[in-house]
Amino acid sequence: MPARRLLLCFAAVALSLVATLHHPASGQAREVNLYNGRHYDTDEAIYQEFTRRTGIRVNLIQGDADQLIERIRAEGANSPADVLITVDAGRLYRAQQQGICQRVDSPLLTSRIPEHLRDPQGHWFGFTKRLRVIAYARARVSRSQLSTYEDLVNPRWKGKLLVRSSSHVYNQSLVGALIAWHGEAFVARWARGVVANFARPPQGGDLDQLRALAAGEGDVALVNHYYYLRLLNSPNPADRAVAQQVGLFFPNQGPEERGVHVNLSGACVVATSRNRQAAVAFLEFLSSDFAQEVFAKGNFEFPAVRGVANPMAAIAPATLREDTLNAATYAANGGRALQLMVAAGWR
Amino acid sequence: MRVRRAWLGLFPAAGLFVAAALSLPILTVASSVFSPTEGTWAEFVRLVLPRYVRNTLWLLLGVGAGTLLVGVGTAWLVTAYRFPGRRACQALLLLPMAVPAYLVAYTYADLLQYSGPVQSALRAWWGWSRGYPFPEIRSLGGAVFVLTFVLYPYVYLLTRAALLEQSPVVWEVSRTLGYGPWATFLRVGLPVARPGIAAGLSLVGMEVLADFGTVKYFELDTFATGIYLVWFSFGSVTGAAKLAVWLMGFVLAVVAAERLSRGRRRYHRPPGAPREARPRALEGPGAWLAAGACLLPPATGFGIPGLYLGWMAWVGGDPLWGPTFVRLAANTFTLSATAAVAAVLLSALVAYGLRLAPTPLMRLAARVVSLGYAVPGVVVAVGVLVPFGWLDNVVSAYLRRSGLSTGLLFMGTTFTLVYAYLARFLAAALSAVEAGLSRIGPTLEGAARTLGHGPASVLVRVHAPLMRGSVFTAALLVFVDALKELPATLVLRPLNFDTLAVRVYQLASDERLMEASTAGLSIVLVGLLPVLLLDRAVHRSRAEAVRPSSGRPIGRASD
Repeated sequence: MPARRLLLCFAAVALSLVATLHHPASGQAREVNLYNGRHYDTDEAIYQEFTRRTGIRVNLIQGDADQLIERIRAEGANSPADVLITVDAGRLYRAQQQGICQRVDSPLLTSRIPEHLRDPQGHWFGFTKRLRVIAYARARVSRSQLSTYEDLVNPRWKGKLLVRSSSHVYNQSLVGALIAWHGEAFVARWARGVVANFARPPQGGDLDQLRALAAGEGDVALVNHYYYLRLLNSPNPADRAVAQQVGLFFPNQGPEERGVHVNLSGACVVATSRNRQAAVAFLEFLSSDFAQEVFAKGNFEFPAVRGVANPMAAIAPATLREDTLNAATYAANGGRALQLMVAAGWR
Repeated sequence: MRVRRAWLGLFPAAGLFVAAALSLPILTVASSVFSPTEGTWAEFVRLVLPRYVRNTLWLLLGVGAGTLLVGVGTAWLVTAYRFPGRRACQALLLLPMAVPAYLVAYTYADLLQYSGPVQSALRAWWGWSRGYPFPEIRSLGGAVFVLTFVLYPYVYLLTRAALLEQSPVVWEVSRTLGYGPWATFLRVGLPVARPGIAAGLSLVGMEVLADFGTVKYFELDTFATGIYLVWFSFGSVTGAAKLAVWLMGFVLAVVAAERLSRGRRRYHRPPGAPREARPRALEGPGAWLAAGACLLPPATGFGIPGLYLGWMAWVGGDPLWGPTFVRLAANTFTLSATAAVAAVLLSALVAYGLRLAPTPLMRLAARVVSLGYAVPGVVVAVGVLVPFGWLDNVVSAYLRRSGLSTGLLFMGTTFTLVYAYLARFLAAALSAVEAGLSRIGPTLEGAARTLGHGPASVLVRVHAPLMRGSVFTAALLVFVDALKELPATLVLRPLNFDTLAVRVYQLASDERLMEASTAGLSIVLVGLLPVLLLDRAVHRSRAEAVRPSSGRPIGRASD
């Protein structure tokens, strides 16, 4: 009798497990499945508008882009993934290297997205620009003391430079671009100079660097621009107070200079996509004025498409010079950049 | 009779099958040892690995010593002594279990960093500028501090269960033979509770090895962050897998060492109904000291982080707060509860199979399946992805030949997710159930078998009631672990399916800690209920055991 009870118990558990198997209906024509490395609640407006205009349903899984790439690889030919979205070029490049992205020939995309913000062969496209800039403590630094990324190794900043860990891809992409411009020997020296100027061992995220500036732990910091804008527009007075004490400086703007480093958030159509048409339509929609404005207003990113009203105009000079090095180039240098930073003691 | 014999073989076989099936992810990862690694990996080993290993060992030692001190000390206090607030302390001491370690790390880093409220207030008060001495929270010491106060409940819980299931007669004998309270604790209570303490400590050790959230937030380079770095930054999956294998080898060695040193000692309690030890009443300053010592750990691991999260949720909070959260909480609860029930049943199979037929193969399988607990969740997740992806594609190819187009059957389902939880957390349930079983002497089993009961009947009618406390403990451990689990959930969950931990991740990965506090607090609240239920169950199981249910009158010598 107890044996039977035990069996019953197991059967019940097994049944409940099977009952929990619920499946996203895959392969139906009117939907598109996003494997999404971007997590901004404001993007929801874009998905809803896309569904409203096209009737195509948007299914979503958000996660770490690297791990979503692993999942797509494991799912193989049957993967339900149609579109992979990431918040930096490095991961898109890695996905492409692993054969996860397919080429898309869309005249609309190639005309709307500037050349340096997409893969030369059309495997992936950038939809927003994220500038890696120098933030400074207004009370202690004058803008005339700032010039370029290269000058951050100036002994003037000894014990005053704040930056996050080298394991973060934003730093890897920036240093990857420096490798492309100056070569590895220069970057190895530069990284040692940066380490020599650290105000503290790298820690925290970009927001933490801004808060440390305001608290007086350092004078200059490397951050992505939108974190500053998020503080400036925060409903929390403490956040706004931090932003008030911090200024943003766009480096490498001189007449002979290449311009500020531009990273991107972008997407690709997955090679095994069963809803290819819907996926391409979705990418094209990301380049629409509607989506571009949501990106800019929701997370303060620069729209990739030229001519879209740019709410960032208030903080960026009209003649802002941007580094037009192709994202694929610096993304490819990311791994080497990390090695050089680690070797220099940039943890 | 033949049926019985069949059952006898069936249990070990089923146990072996369960252990093998749940070891699949670990074996998948281990198999990568044989594939060649890419070039950058060698450079990583040369450059930074020694530091990673050193940090990991210090972290293990620090947290091990800390949880041993806090967990065993408090367990002994609340079991052997009576003082004001003792009953409340028994429950409060469990509360940090409901809080994910990464949330405690967030809150303490936020509070204690240079730009945080504590240091800002100190600077404003004393007019300090940079360079004053203040301990850096993002450091090895900070990580030891946070992990100790989050993880000590594992040691507390299992030690307390072991002390409660001990026959108090031995304590009384110790006292009558002239040992004082300290000597009784150190020379009788502790050694007899050893399997429980060891089980708790090994869980803590494995949690420490697998922890990624806390050490990453504190910028502490450990084995776990090394695995992430090699994998995601150097892009070497096989390199990461090899690191994971080293980690597993280390765990196996430590576990084997503990078993060896235990030798042939056995920890059965004498048959017959146990009865309650009469806790000694403490009075005066001793009582207040005891109450204070028992309140400090939950205040540190639960009170302060909980209040700070509550404050952040009140001031900032999640803009999506509302019906969405009911769905998130329901998803989280269902998944964790399913995993907890399945883990108890499966670990009972494995533990009982091990008891009936302790063959070398069975022992190895039980140890290998336990390794999942020591490996960072993302490694287990990938270990799940690969075999399930393969299985899915084989099945789908087969079905397509017979004209059916099914797509993926397993991947992206909650089944796969629960499987991953089991592969990751079975060790927690298994160690609790094994510790419970080990305290039941073979004579009881022999008696029941002589009376004509088969192994299944003995398990259900004799063992289960005797180790009810351990079973509850096992279920709770897996429940709260699954509740807090992030990496496997993140990569294995179905489309359009989120949990509270995922919501915390979405906001925290974007550096929106204020907003993430709401989901974090919700995890704590969902976890609180079962933790309190467990406390009641442990309490009551003892109360019932004290009742003379065996029909044998029990004298109360000390009355």
